[in-house]
Amino acid sequence: VSGEPFVFHGGVDLKELLPYEAHDVRQLLEQVGRVPLESLFCHTAAALLHRSTQPTGYPNDFAHWTGHEIRDQRLAERLAAIDPFESGSLEEMRGELTATLSDHLQHFPPSVPGPGVEPFRFFQTHLVPVPTGHQARTLREFRDALAEVDVSALFYHLIEARYRLGRGRGDFAEWVAAALELPQVAERLGAIVPYGGSLERIRDRHLTVLTAALDEQQRR
Amino acid sequence: MTSTVSVARLDDYRQVAPRGAVDLLLRLGERLQGRSLVNVSGSRYRGLTIEVLNRLVPVLNDLGIDTSWEVTIGTGDFESVTHTVARALAGTEQVVTDAMLARLREVCAENAKRLRLDADLVMVHDAAPLLLVESRAGNGRWLWRCHHDLSSPQPQLWNMLRPVAQRYDAVIFSDARFAASLSVPRFVIHPSVDPLSERNRDMGRSEQATHLDRLRVPRDKPFLLQIGQFQRSHDPLGVINAYRLVKKHYDLRLVLAGSAPGSGDNVLAEVQEAASQDPDVRVILLPPDPQTEMNALERAATIVIYKPLIAGFGINVSAAMWKGKPVVGSLAGGIPNQILPGVTGYTVETVEGAAFRIRHLLGNPELIGRMGAAGREHIRRNFLITRHLGDYLALLAMLTK
Repeated sequence: VSGEPFVFHGGVDLKELLPYEAHDVRQLLEQVGRVPLESLFCHTAAALLHRSTQPTGYPNDFAHWTGHEIRDQRLAERLAAIDPFESGSLEEMRGELTATLSDHLQHFPPSVPGPGVEPFRFFQTHLVPVPTGHQARTLREFRDALAEVDVSALFYHLIEARYRLGRGRGDFAEWVAAALELPQVAERLGAIVPYGGSLERIRDRHLTVLTAALDEQQRR
Repeated sequence: MTSTVSVARLDDYRQVAPRGAVDLLLRLGERLQGRSLVNVSGSRYRGLTIEVLNRLVPVLNDLGIDTSWEVTIGTGDFESVTHTVARALAGTEQVVTDAMLARLREVCAENAKRLRLDADLVMVHDAAPLLLVESRAGNGRWLWRCHHDLSSPQPQLWNMLRPVAQRYDAVIFSDARFAASLSVPRFVIHPSVDPLSERNRDMGRSEQATHLDRLRVPRDKPFLLQIGQFQRSHDPLGVINAYRLVKKHYDLRLVLAGSAPGSGDNVLAEVQEAASQDPDVRVILLPPDPQTEMNALERAATIVIYKPLIAGFGINVSAAMWKGKPVVGSLAGGIPNQILPGVTGYTVETVEGAAFRIRHLLGNPELIGRMGAAGREHIRRNFLITRHLGDYLALLAMLTK
């Protein structure tokens, strides 16, 4: 039995096209240093919102563009290795991106893009949070609701909460620790790394942890 | 003037939308109950925009959002003027005279007096009603929903219309690459497919067979399909050449289905000439409003090709992927936004590339099923009308209070 119930929120997102674009790697470096942090969030962590559950290659839009449009696999791989979920803040992530791009340009001056290369267009994501109508007071209710909610709830409570709004380990782990007083389960939930996955995969991994915890409770 | 087409309810989409999505939309709708939205278009009868509005308007009303749909009306040459302006905005060289613009302005001003435009959000679709904004009044927010490619408009015309576009509170484009430079916020909302429409509804094999028989498509061999107008811009001859390269290795058919070209484009004759030399090439001139026929053809096809040289968003790609078909598509328009290369199909730049990818799929038949299934899930998450509804609700939530 818990204290405050967990109220699941999801969200619908709108993408706003910003007046910044890059046609080569040097311009990408300039623009990454200039665009709002929200835009960097959109092209890295928030790329999860619409990522296919199938493997599609690079985990952020910068790596995808350098790999597929500029055809610079070396740079794409280095940009792909920047984990927005490991960076301390969006500003730190901007620093990592610019350092990687600068270092690459020192060794490999940008070539003239070939015909038909699409520029990198910068976006900003606007998320409108919406209560899903699901709430939970117990671990079982929490697990069952998590299996049912719109996948955007995973984004809102894990990615948006943790990496943009700075809410600790994300709302799930924080609630399980505070309201259910299950610190070990919270630790296991907080340790799930979203990098490189899809929201459905992240949901599956949460459900696995929660189901194991419920089985454990039942055995006691 | 509210749409009178068959009413759909959001609950009808539970079986096809992503898990939890309908509940989320219902909750968001509850939050927005009492707000009002009016759509304004230049027609109620043609095009994908109209199909989407036909479905979304009743669903929005069902959610408690007072949604209406107004149509601008003009007499005489108004329709031809709007078509000329629309083509010029899309970058096709046209003669747009001052008199034409004056006519557009005059008709929009007349319509502004007649139409009910006092809503929290006024969404103006495409070029015909664009100048309505010059008569905007009240506290509602105004959006211009530009469904076509505005990336290279005829400069002289755009110099005159750009200040008009900037009188809107925001402009919505179907794809980032279609966007013009503007001083107001620009949002990107992709088109969508309606999984319950006649074009996309489930259809059993026996019904498919009935339609294929009527279209005289034999069912004894696998077939490649391209649906698109018989115009050079859809490259039907390139598709035939790709098929010929594949045909050397696989016994299959090619079905090219589409509407007849307008005057001056004689590609259909060339296509028919090519088809006359090969009984396995079937050219079908589709009847008006061929939703059922397209549905049957896409469901029965082995691989769908969509290889235009220039294109709008190309939502046909999503329609085929929703039916579980891998799509081999060109890089034109919005096609690369829909195909995940190597996952749901392939994007190609050449006839040879198309042939190579088709051969690869035919040589690895398990890929056809796997990519088809991945494509359907990709569409379910990103290109269904439920996502489109969410986008419009988000606009209402963000822009109106």
